[in-house]
Amino acid sequence: MGVKQLGIVGQSVKRRDGIGHVTGQTQYVDDVFYTGMLWLKMVRSPISRGIIHGIDASKAEAFPGVVAVVTAKDVPNNWYTILCLIGVEPNDEPVLAHEEVMYMGEPICAIVAETEAIAAEAAALVKLDIEELPPVLDMEFAISPDAPVIKKWGNNTFMYDGYNHRKLRFGDFEKAIQQADHVIEGDYSLSPIEHAPIETHCCVVKPEPDGRLTVHSNTQALYFTMDNTAIILQVPSQRLHMIGGTVGGGFGGKVDVITEPITCIAAMKTGRPVKWRWTREEEMRKSSTRAGVKMHYTDGVMNDGRIIARKVRSLEDAGAYHRHSPYGVQKHMANLPGPYTIPNVWVDAYCVYTNRQPSSAMRGFGVTEATFAVECQMERIARTIGMDSWEIRLINAYRNGQMRPVRKVVEDATLIETIQAAAELIGYELPAHLKAMSSDDYGGKGGHHG
Amino acid sequence: MAKHYGRGIAAVNYPTGMNLGGDPTQALIFCQPTGGFSVKLASTDLGQGLKTVIAQIAAEALGVPFDSVIVDTGDTDSAPHCMGTFASRATHRVGNAVIMAANEARKALLDVAAEEMEAAPEDLVLENGEIYVKGAPERKTNVFNVALAAHFKHGKTISGRGIYLKQKSGLDPETGACDPDSTEAHATTVAEVEVDDETGEVKVLRLASAYEVGRQINPEMVKGQIVSGAVMGMSHALMETVFPYYPALDHHTYSFGEYIIPTALDIPEIESVVLEYPSSNGPYGVKGVGEMTANSPIPAIVNAIYDAVGVWVTDLPVTPEKVLRALEERSLETH
Amino acid sequence: MESITVTFKLNGKTTAVAIEPLESLRTVLREHLHLHATKAGCGQGGCGSCTVLVNDEPVLSCLMLAALADGQEVTTLEGIGTPPHMHPLQTAFFDRFAAQCGYCSPGMIMAAKALLDKNPHPTRAEIAEALAGNLCRCTGYVAILDAIEDVVTQMQEA
Ligand code: FES
Ligand code: FES
Repeated sequence: MGVKQLGIVGQSVKRRDGIGHVTGQTQYVDDVFYTGMLWLKMVRSPISRGIIHGIDASKAEAFPGVVAVVTAKDVPNNWYTILCLIGVEPNDEPVLAHEEVMYMGEPICAIVAETEAIAAEAAALVKLDIEELPPVLDMEFAISPDAPVIKKWGNNTFMYDGYNHRKLRFGDFEKAIQQADHVIEGDYSLSPIEHAPIETHCCVVKPEPDGRLTVHSNTQALYFTMDNTAIILQVPSQRLHMIGGTVGGGFGGKVDVITEPITCIAAMKTGRPVKWRWTREEEMRKSSTRAGVKMHYTDGVMNDGRIIARKVRSLEDAGAYHRHSPYGVQKHMANLPGPYTIPNVWVDAYCVYTNRQPSSAMRGFGVTEATFAVECQMERIARTIGMDSWEIRLINAYRNGQMRPVRKVVEDATLIETIQAAAELIGYELPAHLKAMSSDDYGGKGGHHG
Repeated sequence: MAKHYGRGIAAVNYPTGMNLGGDPTQALIFCQPTGGFSVKLASTDLGQGLKTVIAQIAAEALGVPFDSVIVDTGDTDSAPHCMGTFASRATHRVGNAVIMAANEARKALLDVAAEEMEAAPEDLVLENGEIYVKGAPERKTNVFNVALAAHFKHGKTISGRGIYLKQKSGLDPETGACDPDSTEAHATTVAEVEVDDETGEVKVLRLASAYEVGRQINPEMVKGQIVSGAVMGMSHALMETVFPYYPALDHHTYSFGEYIIPTALDIPEIESVVLEYPSSNGPYGVKGVGEMTANSPIPAIVNAIYDAVGVWVTDLPVTPEKVLRALEERSLETH
Repeated sequence: MESITVTFKLNGKTTAVAIEPLESLRTVLREHLHLHATKAGCGQGGCGSCTVLVNDEPVLSCLMLAALADGQEVTTLEGIGTPPHMHPLQTAFFDRFAAQCGYCSPGMIMAAKALLDKNPHPTRAEIAEALAGNLCRCTGYVAILDAIEDVVTQMQEA
C-alpha cells in the first residue's frame, strides 16, 4: 500500500468553524430572530389510526395573539413529495392530514401566533372529531391476509415493479442448500431508534419585499428541500432562497423536508416572519426514526467453512408513510448478503407499512441493519461448525475481481486487510496462511494494492 | 454469580454514495482580484467538518495556500446544486466537483500567467501560490500578481465549474442486479465486554478498530468520526429504542430521561488504525467514512456477549432484561 | 400575565429585563437578551446544552425561572471568552477538535468551567462525572475529555 504524499491534503488542519463553535458565535437556525416574528405550533393526531370527520379551530382562531391557522386547505399541493424527485411513486403522505390519520402525532393543522406559548395554548383548543380505527403495528401481522389494509393501493407493503418486496437472486439457492454440510439459521431484529441530534428541527421563513421567501433551514440537503417545498407550494423554486449549511447534528434525521413547507405557508399567509422549532418530545415521538427491522438468515455452509448458499428474508418497518424507506429497503437488499463471496443468494426485502411514526434515513440507512445481522450470523456459523472467528471471515471475504450477488465485480475490497490490521492492533497473532491472504489473491481484475 | 469477559469481532463494508447513483453535486470557484479563491457550494456541514476538508481539497487542487481559499456553503442563491449530505457522499461527491472546478480555474490562471511571463502555460508550475517556469525557477511570479493582471489588464476571468455525477443505474426487478455504489470502504472492530450474569448488565471495555477509508483528507477529523461512531454504535447495540416494547407503542419515549444515550461516563477504551487504499473515483482516493463507523461496533458487541456468556441476544437493544431472559432460558434447557 | 422586571449581573454587567413571570432563564437569555451561545436542546433538563453559571454553580437554564435570577450573578459562554480572547477551555476544545456540530459545546464548556473553578486538578473520572448531564451526539466525548485534561495540565504547569 502507501499513498502518495500530498500537500495540505492529509494534514490535520483545524476546523474552519471551530472557533465559532467554542465561542458560541456559530449561528444555527434557532439563533435567527426577526422583528415581528411569529411562532408556529402543530396540532397533531392523538391516535394511531382513524377517519377525520371534523377539525374545529374556531376557538384557537379567536384566541388572543393567534394570527393564523393553517389547515390542509391552505396547502396548494398537499403531498410530501420527497421520493417523487427520485422516481418513487405514488405520493402517500399529506402535508396536513384531512381525511384520515395514520399515526399518533400526524400533523393536522398549524397555529401561528405572536409567541410560542400562545401558539401552544391555542393548539390545545382545536377540537378534533376523529373516528378511531384499530391500528396495525406488527409487521408480520401487516403482511398477513388478516390485517386491515391501511394503504390506498390495496396492501400494506411498498410495491416494487409489481412485487411486494425487492428481490435479489444469484446462483441457485435451492439446489445449493441441499448440498450444504450444515444449514445454519438466525433471527436478527432492531427496534426503532431516534437520531437525537442535540439541535432539534427548526425553520425560520421571512417573506421578502420582492415576494420571495428567505428560508433558514437545518436540512441536510438544501436544494432537495427547496425543490420539494416549491412543489408543495406550487411556486417556482426561484421564489425560495434557502440558507443553511450549518446543522447541529443530522445523522439522517434532517432530510425529510418536514418543517419548511408549513413554515413557508404560514409566512405567506401572514406576511410575517415565522419560526417553527420542534420540541424534544416531537423529535422523539413525531419525527422519523430509524426503522425497526426483522431479518431471518438461512445459510448453507460446508465443513471447511465456505458459505455456499444464503437466503434472507427482511421486513423493514416504514411506519405510516414512505419518507425514504422504499429507497432504504433497496439499499438494504443490496447489502444483506454481506461482503462475502457466496455463489448462491436469495434475498426478499419488504418495505412494510404500519400505524407508527414514519421511519426514514439514519446514519448507515439499510446497511447498519444488514451488517449487524451478517456479522452475528458469521459468528454463529463459526461457533456452530467449530471454526475460528477470524478464519471464517477471511476465507469467505470478497476479493477483487469476484462477482457480488448484485452482479457488480468487486473493485475496492480491503475487508481482509482490515481484519488483519485489527488482529494486529489487539496483538492477536493470525496463523501464517491467514496472514498471507489478500483482497487481491483471487487474481481477477481490479485492486490497486501493488 | 459472576462477571464474564468476552471478545467479539465484526468485519464490515460500506458503500459510498446514493444507492444506484444519480446524485450529482456542483461547485463553482472564482478568483478575487488579489488572489483569494472563493468556493461556492450549497452543501451542508453536519458537524463532520465538510467546510474544512473542502478547503483542503481546493487548496491542494488549485496549488494555492490553504488560507487563501474561502469556502461558502449553504446558500441556494449563491451556489449551484448539491444533492445533500447523506449516504457518506459529501466528501466524495463535493470533493470531486471541487477538483474539477479547481482544474478549470487553475488553467485559466496559468493562461494569464503564461501571457504575463511570455512562457507556454504547460511549462509553468503553480505551487502554494507561487508560479515559476519549469527548469528556470528564477522566472517567477505569484497568484496575487496574476490575479490583478487578469482583472485589470487582460480582462480575463479566473474561475471554474465542477460537477460530479455517477449516472443513475437501473435495477433488475427479477434478479436485483444493479450498481449500488461508487466505492466501498471497510472496517473491522474488536469489542471486549464484561457481562454481569446477576444483573444482565453489559459493560463495553474496549473497542479496537481498523478502518480503511481510501485516503484521509484530515486525519484528526477521520478519528473524530471513528470515536463518534464507536460510541453511537455501542449505544445502538445496548441502549436505544423509541419503543421499549416494540412493536407495541407502550412507553414511547419523549425525553432524554427515558431515551438513554451514552454520557461521558459510559465511554470504553477506543483505539483505531486507519488504512489507506485509494479508490479510483474518489477525490485523491477518498471513500466515505461517516456512516460506517457506527456499524461494526454493533455486531462486535453482540458477538462478544455470546463469547462471554454463551447466549445469543440478537434483538437490539441488548438490555439487561434480555440478557437475563436468555440466560434463564438456557439454564432451563440445560437442567 | 403582568410582566415583571428582573435585575441580575450578566457576564459582569448589571442587566435589567422585563419578562413574563414564568419564563425560563434560557428563554430570557436567548430571546430577550439575544445571547445565543446558550443552546436549547430539549427544555426538559435532559441535555445540558443550556448550561450557564449562576453564582459560579452550573445550572440548567431551561429549568430555572428567570425570576429567580434576580439579584444573582449569571455567566454565559459569551462572558468567559471571545474569539480574540478565548478562555483556555475554548482554546483546548478548538485544538482538540472537541466540537463537531458544536451544539453541545457551550454547555460542555460551562460545565467544565464550573468544575475547574472548584477543583483545578480533577481526574479524568471526575471530569466525566461533572459532564454527565451534558449530552453530545457527535464526538463520543473522548476529544472533550482530552481538551479539559489539557487545560488541567496547563494549570498544573503554570
Ligand atoms: S435545554 Fe436545558 S437541559 Fe436540555
Ligand atoms: S458536537 Fe454535536 S452534539 Fe456535541
